[in-house]
Amino acid sequence: MALYSEKVMEHFRNPRNVGVIEDANGIGEVGNAKCGDIMKMYLKIEDDIIQDVKFETFGCGSAIASSSMATELIKGKPVSEAMKLTNKAVAEALDGLPAYKMHCSVLAEEAIQSALEDYQNRTGKKI
Amino acid sequence: MIYADNAATTKMSAAAIETMTSLLNETWGNPSSLYGFGQKAKEVLESAREKVAAVIGAQPRDIIFTSGGSEADNQAILSAAALGRQKGKMHIVSSAFEHHAVLHTLKKLEKEGFEVTLLDVHEDGLIRVPEVEEAIRDDTCLVTIMYANNEIGTIQPIREIGAVCRKKNVLFHTDAVQAIGHISIDVDRDNIDMLSASGHKFHGPKGTGFLYVRKGILISNLIEGGAQERGKRAGTENVPGIAAMAAALEEVSANMERNTTHQREMRDRLIAGLKQIPHSALNGDETNRLPGNVNFCFEGIEGESLLLLLDDKGIEASSGSACTSGSLDPSHVLLAIGRVHDVAHGSLRLSIGEEITEEEVDYLIRSVTEVVEYLRSFSPIWRDLMTGKKEFIL
Ligand SMILES: Cc1ncc(COP(=O)(O)O)c(C=O)c1O
Repeated sequence: MALYSEKVMEHFRNPRNVGVIEDANGIGEVGNAKCGDIMKMYLKIEDDIIQDVKFETFGCGSAIASSSMATELIKGKPVSEAMKLTNKAVAEALDGLPAYKMHCSVLAEEAIQSALEDYQNRTGKKI
Repeated sequence: MIYADNAATTKMSAAAIETMTSLLNETWGNPSSLYGFGQKAKEVLESAREKVAAVIGAQPRDIIFTSGGSEADNQAILSAAALGRQKGKMHIVSSAFEHHAVLHTLKKLEKEGFEVTLLDVHEDGLIRVPEVEEAIRDDTCLVTIMYANNEIGTIQPIREIGAVCRKKNVLFHTDAVQAIGHISIDVDRDNIDMLSASGHKFHGPKGTGFLYVRKGILISNLIEGGAQERGKRAGTENVPGIAAMAAALEEVSANMERNTTHQREMRDRLIAGLKQIPHSALNGDETNRLPGNVNFCFEGIEGESLLLLLDDKGIEASSGSACTSGSLDPSHVLLAIGRVHDVAHGSLRLSIGEEITEEEVDYLIRSVTEVVEYLRSFSPIWRDLMTGKKEFIL
């Protein structure tokens, strides 16, 4: 039995939206090195739409796959919709995660929330 | 495929498979039966005992066959504890980086009132003999220190530790699971009272192993029942498995000199190659280590993703990262040698086999270098390190 679903492995092997956005207007970083997972999300938001999103992740296979999937789920979407992204949605889109890896999807949700909060703080816009 | 996880388990040797299958087909009697067919199995069993004993310089009657290394560790420690309790000696000395078969048994004894001193293993992964001596008290009933560590491969000064135990009149047990068949062991030369071994770490079958117990030490049973193994371990013996283990051990021991000379050379080539990766560090002493063990930490990456990408390149290896253990903490061995969590998560153990080639080693070096570089390319920690926001540890 494989550790991860095909979908997780596919996103892990070919992560979408990897890298940084130099002129991002929302950046969020969650997790810590002690626990072995850090996710950093960069958002470029224009007209309340997530025009671009990129991530950097230090972590296990499911952390990388969760970051990748989360960016896919919010790219091109209105900010209000991204705000509602849940870890469950990330895990489901990956065809599930092992129980002890669910925290990776939580981290992805939190990274996006944190980047959106940063955007709010920078722009003073309420979402 | 390059299998570089021989510390986890090894492939059975042709001799072991051949021994096992022929016994399964032909000599499947019960060694306790008195008719000739059963007695033939008994002969096979006793011949295996002789072979195994010869490898470690022991007497055949001092070998108890078990289901593996874990059982042997449990039986040795619990026996010594039972003897200690009778004399009111309820203190045990061990080390912080023992296998869980030892550490969890000690934890259980602590709950029963024993006191356990876990020695520091220092940054080089080695125990200091004077510290063993200092830790031994009047009420110490056992010192248990592994011969070689399963993660970082460091070989402990067993002979000297044994000598200290002799001098202090304390029982000495060593978990030699990773060492036996790979380096020379002699229970007399090394002053060992009890020793644990496991068949599957030297090309024998899984679920086989043995405990050596020096004559005169009263061992207690984990498994009650029939009178097998001189009454010390009940249950009809796994004759095919035991004989296959003995065949495997006999073979690796006969070829040890040749095997390990080559293996050491390959190990050192691998270490030299991986050291070229910036901000990496070898875990454990470079020379006092098993001929097949290489263990590195790479800063800025996490071990599980490293393993998965190496798997894609046809390389099987392991890591002490928390993510690979299902717990929140990285390996207790890496923490014991002073690696902080941040870098312990980025560890890689390559335990190479006897027959690895130079080309394979070079492929390992290339692949690990590539994967580490790739993972660093999108690691937020690596960015912080490179931009000076965070200081390098390695
Ligand atoms: C040092 C050490 N001790 C004990 C064991 C347990 O051996 P077994 O798997 O035969 O129970 C192992 C193997 O994982 C080991 O490496």
